[in-house]
Amino acid sequence: MDGNGMATVSLGGITKEISMILVENVEAGDFVLVHAGYALARISQEEARRTLSLMAEAGLTESGAL
Amino acid sequence: MRYVDEFRQARLARGLAGAIAREADPERQYRLMEFCGGHTHAIFRHGIQDLMPDNVHFLHGPGCPVCVLPTGRLDHAIQLVERHDVILCTYGDMLRVPGRGRGTLLKIKAEGGDVRMVYSTLDALRIARDNPRREVVFFAIGFETTAPATAVALSQARAEGLANFSVFCNHVLTPAAMRGLLTASSGPVSIDGFLGPAHVSAVIGSRPYEFVARAFRRPVVIAGFEPLDIMQSVYMLVRQLNAGRHEVENEYTRVVTREGNARAQALVSEVFGVRNAFEWRGLGQLPRSALRIKEGYAAHDAERRFTVFSRGNPPDARGCECPSILRGIKKPTDCKLFGRVCSPDHPIGACMVSPEGACAAYWRYRRCRRPSVVAESPAVS
Repeated sequence: MDGNGMATVSLGGITKEISMILVENVEAGDFVLVHAGYALARISQEEARRTLSLMAEAGLTESGAL
Repeated sequence: MRYVDEFRQARLARGLAGAIAREADPERQYRLMEFCGGHTHAIFRHGIQDLMPDNVHFLHGPGCPVCVLPTGRLDHAIQLVERHDVILCTYGDMLRVPGRGRGTLLKIKAEGGDVRMVYSTLDALRIARDNPRREVVFFAIGFETTAPATAVALSQARAEGLANFSVFCNHVLTPAAMRGLLTASSGPVSIDGFLGPAHVSAVIGSRPYEFVARAFRRPVVIAGFEPLDIMQSVYMLVRQLNAGRHEVENEYTRVVTREGNARAQALVSEVFGVRNAFEWRGLGQLPRSALRIKEGYAAHDAERRFTVFSRGNPPDARGCECPSILRGIKKPTDCKLFGRVCSPDHPIGACMVSPEGACAAYWRYRRCRRPSVVAESPAVS
């Protein structure tokens, strides 16, 4: 990340300079949501895990099998 | 965790498909409108409709930014190039949208107009710095997702005194369009619930949709872009509808909060105010549905700096069903032009231009699974 709020972001294999001016509390190594050259949000790993377990739970049949 | 593959696992998709099938009441229909071109694209790309029971329907709402822009506004942008000789910068999708006389920005460019495709508003600022003797206009389109990027450019241009940079603002607001669909004078569209947009909600949060639940008694679930996100959100909507609930729920909690991105919102309200009304393609004039540039940034407002002629909206091509498709009333395959004269290589209507448009998604992934549709209109080979 540089002094102008730009950071190098890897987007599925390619790297691009992306502006971090619209987000707070982002550190090197974080995953961010990028739209038209700007990071809009930091992605929460904890919430991602919670969502995945809700999905797994929804798919459980009464016998407990997926 | 890379936040993509995890949300595409076939095992979880099978589980969710089973859960939706068990939950969906065969005695009723579920008409769910997705309000985001990214969702429309993902539903087709991943074949999600085919994993749904027959009574769960996706209605593709007006969530594709280039599709909802009335052609009269494109006409103004073209006049900026042709009459005022500006360098016009815009996002790639906009270049191929047909306007008056089927002219596109790409055609204007081929004829010598200085039209440039940019990835980001920062590119447009750079072009203005590099061409101090030319007027540079950023043709701004999009929902709440791209408005903050335009706000950054305006605030930076003012701070730098970049006098040759201005913005032709066409940013529109998602909640106002939901209200417009639910109160349409031509009769409301039959919608049972909404899949709320992902990136828009990262900016505005889930709170602005609460009136949909309160005043219109329709459930809203903010949904992520991956196939499992969409399926989980459908499951949440079906459960709400079965229980007679209508609340705003958030499936995309890894990105979206109730309050949204405060920094982006502050910048947007510093630079933009709300227009009294704005025209949407397919929906007509909607009150308080778009942004305008505030007085303090008037020097960078292309609408104040340049005179263009309002020639009204050129009529849609004969037979083009874009307006009804944008309201979820018709499917692309109901359009006589679809797949015959209108295709992504030769788009007639805006819904065929952007990959986020419903017609382009139908064309690309050829989802014509409904036998009745195939029987009524012979399949195009």
